[in-house]
Amino acid sequence: MVTINSMMCKGCGYCIRFCPKHILEMSKERSEKGHFYPVNIDEKACTTCAICALMCPEGAIEVTSKED
Amino acid sequence: MAEYKRPKSLMPMATGYCPGCLHALATRLVADVIDELGQAENAINVVSVGCSALNLYSWCGDVIGSAHGRAPAVATGVKRCLPERLVFTYQGDGDLAAIGLAEIMSAANRGENFTVVFANNQTYGMTGGQMAPTTLLGQKTTTSRDGRDCLTTGYPMKMCELISVLEAPVFVARYALNTPKGVMDAKKGIKKAFEKQLRGEGFTFIELLTNCPTNWGMNPLDTLEYMNTNTIPYFTPGVFKDKEAEK
Amino acid sequence: MEKRFMKGCEAIAEAAVRGGCRFFAGYPITPQNEIPEYLSWRLPEVGGAFVQGESEVASINMVYGAAATGKRALTSSSGPGISLKAEGISYLASAQLPAVIVNISRGGPGLGSIQPAQSDYLQATKALGHGGFRAMVFAPATLQEAVDLTYNAWDYAERYRNPVMILMDGCLGAIMEEVELPEMKNSNPEDIEDWCLDRIGDRTDSHMITPILPEPALELLNKGKAMQYKMWEMLDTKVEEFMLEDAEYVVVAYGIAARVAKEAILRLREEGYKVGMVRPITLYPFPKASLNNLDYTKVKGVIDIEMTIPAQMREDIELQVKDRCPVHEYGRSGGMLLDDEGVYEAIAEIVKGGE
Repeated sequence: MVTINSMMCKGCGYCIRFCPKHILEMSKERSEKGHFYPVNIDEKACTTCAICALMCPEGAIEVTSKED
Repeated sequence: MAEYKRPKSLMPMATGYCPGCLHALATRLVADVIDELGQAENAINVVSVGCSALNLYSWCGDVIGSAHGRAPAVATGVKRCLPERLVFTYQGDGDLAAIGLAEIMSAANRGENFTVVFANNQTYGMTGGQMAPTTLLGQKTTTSRDGRDCLTTGYPMKMCELISVLEAPVFVARYALNTPKGVMDAKKGIKKAFEKQLRGEGFTFIELLTNCPTNWGMNPLDTLEYMNTNTIPYFTPGVFKDKEAEK
Repeated sequence: MEKRFMKGCEAIAEAAVRGGCRFFAGYPITPQNEIPEYLSWRLPEVGGAFVQGESEVASINMVYGAAATGKRALTSSSGPGISLKAEGISYLASAQLPAVIVNISRGGPGLGSIQPAQSDYLQATKALGHGGFRAMVFAPATLQEAVDLTYNAWDYAERYRNPVMILMDGCLGAIMEEVELPEMKNSNPEDIEDWCLDRIGDRTDSHMITPILPEPALELLNKGKAMQYKMWEMLDTKVEEFMLEDAEYVVVAYGIAARVAKEAILRLREEGYKVGMVRPITLYPFPKASLNNLDYTKVKGVIDIEMTIPAQMREDIELQVKDRCPVHEYGRSGGMLLDDEGVYEAIAEIVKGGE
């Protein structure tokens, strides 16, 4: 499960660039902070590899394993 | 499968860094490692001047701000008085490789038992993108408008190489933060350095190649590519000194 | 109390250790080298740390780091080195860290000379660094006074969370006198738990020591400090008033200059001239009242004697005299010493000329 905190995200797109399953996409709407932010478009395909979280400069992404 | 929780060593809010700034990633990595080592309450972050100073406002644990380039001197004072604490400096390249050269080289040469985390983005970010000692040849900055010229400004300074020729340092390594592999290696390197410090082995130095989307004038994703083609070929990542491995 | 015959710099160093100092960083410069030399072996004896810094700049910043941990920290230097420390001293003031800085001053400006001088008065009292802050400046005239002031310097530094300077000259640093050394003080200062980096006892909350503040907080800090400076003036001003009661001429001198001037005053008294002296022991806060409250119906002149040219304390004196009598000055400079004869003649000329 990937949780993206849109209040911390600045829309750099690193998570989208490095997601091996290509299931992150930029939002159409801006966040309250004024940035576009990633949304998970296919949660089932997510392997929770956490590369998105690893590459997030802001620590805006948290990942929990699927069992939870 | 993996899990990731935002480190508690960081304030629960966005940093002051620009979008895509790898300074923020470097800070987060250090926080990750400190949490993993259970050192959140034992760590003292010695922050310097420049964009690195933004650490003052995103760091949850003990933090002390220092004058430009003087973090290794401040850390010397802190660590000599509190030898049990995990002490590290967090410095940028203008800070460490220009104004603070005497302090970094001398602290390294004394073998002070703390860790230096050096974020090298090849520019003075906070002041608006002036040429740094680490700026690549040909790289345009606000004080080298036609690109850095070696005839008048010399060559980009390689700090890992310089420090690794000293006798005292125990671990000197450089990592690039523009790929997941680089970030994972960097995390291991930071962890190794902190563990060495906690065992009292001596001076450890971690250089992290970062970017500056704002002052390089690129979008964040392009900076990662620029680092692959320009920065990394000049500033070769790798372990430059590991006293343990030498034995 | 232990009595010892000691050299000035070494007496200061020993007094610092007994005053609880457990960290020293400094860089060699004449005429203060005996301080780091002494502390290099003495501090480890009491569990303290000595670091020979790569520069004065690094040394003051090491002191900044050590002070942040709550340890009593010291650095020493002389004129040119103090200029290099200026940045760090300003950072100490901004981050509200207590530390003691000793200046064994020499001839200036520039590299100047290595001989004694009092040419750093203005630097010490008006601008020890950029940004508009003040520090208490103690100016001992004897080695016993140097020992006592150094011994207690951290109490002031910690009470006000501000750097403190001890300003002496190369003469006092080099001479030998008998001193009474006080008992060893507790080196773990009280009342620092609420701000220092050391997690004392079961304290788990974190601390930020910062030399940079958001603008409103910085203004608030400066307003608080301004009030503190007024408080120093009321509570902490130290001065020696010597033969002032009937004085018609008042010498103002501090440190070594005051010792020389005292001899001249005693000689003139023997000749029947009514001369007295105001000797500031704290140069900042300056003993304003001692000069402001003189009976100017009697006082015919104030004479500023300093081992520097031009006199630097004169402006502070004139602000208190307020044109109620003439202010004269006499000094030597560049490492040329004040001597008994020269000072006597300078004062005598003014005193006798006034007849």
